[in-house]
Amino acid sequence: MEFKTECSGAVTVLFVKEDRLDANNSEELKVEMRRIFDSGVKDLVIDLKEVLFIDSSGLGVLVSGYKNASILHGSLKLSNLQSQVKSMFELTRLQRVFDIFITVDDALQSYT
Amino acid sequence: MKNDIDVDITIPSHTRFLRIIGKIGEKVAEEINCPAELRAALPGHLAVVLTEGLVNAIKHANSAEPTKDIHVRINFSHKDLVVRIYDNGIGFDLDAVPEPSFNSHEMDDKGRGIFILRSLMDTVKYVRSDGENVLEMKKRIG
Repeated sequence: MEFKTECSGAVTVLFVKEDRLDANNSEELKVEMRRIFDSGVKDLVIDLKEVLFIDSSGLGVLVSGYKNASILHGSLKLSNLQSQVKSMFELTRLQRVFDIFITVDDALQSYT
Repeated sequence: MKNDIDVDITIPSHTRFLRIIGKIGEKVAEEINCPAELRAALPGHLAVVLTEGLVNAIKHANSAEPTKDIHVRINFSHKDLVVRIYDNGIGFDLDAVPEPSFNSHEMDDKGRGIFILRSLMDTVKYVRSDGENVLEMKKRIG
């Protein structure tokens, strides 16, 4: 799985550069999030602009990251949810749990 | 015009084939004559249903014999969409799968697959038939 990481102050943005986040590759996102949190980052924005499809495994990995961020008294926020991804968040009611933003800039703005 | 569809797929028991089965689901759904309000959503729904069903067969049902293939059948006839996923594993009790917690303080990483299937389809059954297990999911279209 390809990622791109950018730092904006204390916040790290992780861009997922894949069109699918499913049972075949979601574990790689879990490892990458763990690596970021282990490096001392507490606030993470995950940008899903390129992700066109997500399944329950992908959702589960994001829930895992959310819980890890909470343990660190930090946050995990999401940006750029495409239509199928958005509908899966709504179906599983996870849109009530996550802070979801239209753009990365909107997500970063929420920290100021 | 007759619009019946019957697609039969045999696929290796590995998650790297999820992309293929998802794409097949999208293409099949695009050929189904369905109400306008469902037309845009059905390809994504069928892709998710096939993905979740296949993952279930790979990880839970077929895990003891990963070299065995998984058989998938998609049928659309008389407004009924039926997806059947066959496996040769030890199976599991569908009724014992709990609904996931929606409370942010209690939510688990796992356990949303069956909930998603039940939400998107009208009926979801997992039965033993002719020496193999069948995850059978039905939805009335229109």
